[in-house]
Amino acid sequence: MSQPDWDKNTVAQVIESLKDKPGAMLPILHGIQDALGYIPKGSVPLIANALNVSRAEVHGVITFYHYFRDTPPGQHTIHVCRAESCQSMNGSGLEAHAKTKLGIDYHETTADGAFSLEPVYCLGNCGCSPAISVDGEVYGRVNPERFDEILDEVRAQA
Amino acid sequence: MSIKVFVPRDSSALSLGAEKTAKAVATEAAKRGLDIELVRNGSRGLFYLEPLVEIETAKGRVAYGPVQPKDVPSLFDADFLKGGSHPLSQGLTEEIEYLKKQERLTNARVGITDPVNLQDYIAHDGYKGLKNALNMEPAEIVKQVTDSGLRGRGGAAFPTGIKWNTVLNAQGEQKYIVCNADEGDSGTFSDRMIMEDDPFVLVEGMTIAGLAVGATQGYIYLRVEYPHAHQNLNAAIAAAEQAGYLGADICGSGKAFDLEVRLGAGAYVCGEETSLLESLEGKRGLVRYKPPLPAIKGLFGKPTVINNVISLASVPIILDKGGEYYKNFGMGRSRGTLPIQLAGNIKRPGLIEKAFGITLRELLYDYGGGSATGRPIKAVQVGGPLGSFVPESQFDTPLDYEAFAANWAVLGHGGVVVFDDTVNMATMARYAMEFCAIESCGKCTPCRIGSTRGVEVMDKIINNQDRAKNIALLRDLSDVMLNSSLCALGGMTPYPVLSALNHFPGDFGAE
Repeated sequence: MSQPDWDKNTVAQVIESLKDKPGAMLPILHGIQDALGYIPKGSVPLIANALNVSRAEVHGVITFYHYFRDTPPGQHTIHVCRAESCQSMNGSGLEAHAKTKLGIDYHETTADGAFSLEPVYCLGNCGCSPAISVDGEVYGRVNPERFDEILDEVRAQA
Repeated sequence: MSIKVFVPRDSSALSLGAEKTAKAVATEAAKRGLDIELVRNGSRGLFYLEPLVEIETAKGRVAYGPVQPKDVPSLFDADFLKGGSHPLSQGLTEEIEYLKKQERLTNARVGITDPVNLQDYIAHDGYKGLKNALNMEPAEIVKQVTDSGLRGRGGAAFPTGIKWNTVLNAQGEQKYIVCNADEGDSGTFSDRMIMEDDPFVLVEGMTIAGLAVGATQGYIYLRVEYPHAHQNLNAAIAAAEQAGYLGADICGSGKAFDLEVRLGAGAYVCGEETSLLESLEGKRGLVRYKPPLPAIKGLFGKPTVINNVISLASVPIILDKGGEYYKNFGMGRSRGTLPIQLAGNIKRPGLIEKAFGITLRELLYDYGGGSATGRPIKAVQVGGPLGSFVPESQFDTPLDYEAFAANWAVLGHGGVVVFDDTVNMATMARYAMEFCAIESCGKCTPCRIGSTRGVEVMDKIINNQDRAKNIALLRDLSDVMLNSSLCALGGMTPYPVLSALNHFPGDFGAE
């Protein structure tokens, strides 16, 4: 399967602007993912070359961290917290609802490309469990009805 | 003169709709032609009352909460801008029991100030600690921290002064201060609140640490899940640089300290200090062997102080009021205060900063008001996903590192997650193993393989396959993980697993 087209210029610019920082790898990977939503596989040799490390090392770093992805995400990314505090407030019920409602499992994107679903282990909103985040914005005390409302709100914004 | 109205910008308050509440207040005021100054403060940490709206009055700040947009017109009708009475009235904020009984040292400004306003910070005793530190020799600064009795608030509770002294005496042209802001433990949010709601205190604490050990560069390793903390830290750093509190010549002293925020990428293990350093260096977050200690060979091989957010944020008040002042709070060898985070299934969750010595029972019932569901509390997990489950019979244990250790439990980072009687402890034990398997860095076998085998054994126990044999196997496996893992991830996963098994054997099908 071929990779989707990706913006090589943007990647090159990000690398150029950050490569001289000490420990530049993570800042570069964040820069690329912030700009494109993911880290295209084709950018790996460019990063390796700029930092004078092997492609295997770059690949190793990308795959070590849960946050980095090498495929394009949906228009919106929903993170559902799976950690203990949320579990204590029926977070597992919310997880099941989210999967059913969106018709996808974790690490998948809806067929219309609108939503990607990811697990997260704590959003630091444990005083308002269960919590989810949508594109980085956190929502607290989310029950299934509230989840559906949030989806509608997010859809309406788009 | 315009009336000051405070609506928090803390992400927990935002998660409950504070942004809409703030807009509704501004819109309603404009509609009525009233002159208000809307301040976006941090959160007081009373999450059961968020969004908490406060009004500045001659008597002090008056609170209303929880305020949703639909409540706003009636608040104006009740003349809340003059402290008028309303069903959502909470009275004077400082007199709310939950807050009044606290001892807020590290969180002295949290919820009070505009987090990114440097003038506000200075007006509320900010940068007094740094001013004192600038007039001290490095060894004197370290001595104040040692005298305070401060122990690492990230969870390991290692004396901060001893760590600093090692770095002070280490040889090296370049030294670093690294702040561990990878607050990944479930049930904890005190680092987040400091960084979002009073970021300057962390900046000041790190600057003092730099002066104390002779480091000129600091990094804050922040978890990517905290975008608001990221924004506020960057704003605070920029403001501090602008005003000469950071940079090549701190307050005209000729001493230099620079600070940069670096983002993690969703790896729990990077909260382990050596894994964090690897990550900062741009590598996979594989745990390092110790020795050498980071204090001798840390970031890029140089002597490095690596401390948790709360440890560093406690330094300014220690340097302001002296080590003795701080030491006078607490009990035994646990000195000072601990920001406790009451979370999970609890009626009144929130941030409670108290001197060590308060009991779990006081926290859960006096502050927390019992479970949110109204059912009996069955267990609490203290100290994050690697902390033990504590049963009701131990709720009178005082919060003290040694008292918890005596019960084979930990205080960790001060997170308390509450579960009611519907929780199944075997499910929680399985989750602890699963979490370890997902987050293991993979370097050592007990953690990498043990956690996966642990999930399998737990599945067998839950499915009633050879229970007695598999429980024995689980104990054996836990023993291996406990005693031979490289770091606390594999080494402490047995805490939740075995505490669940020992305190709640019925959930594991034992007779």
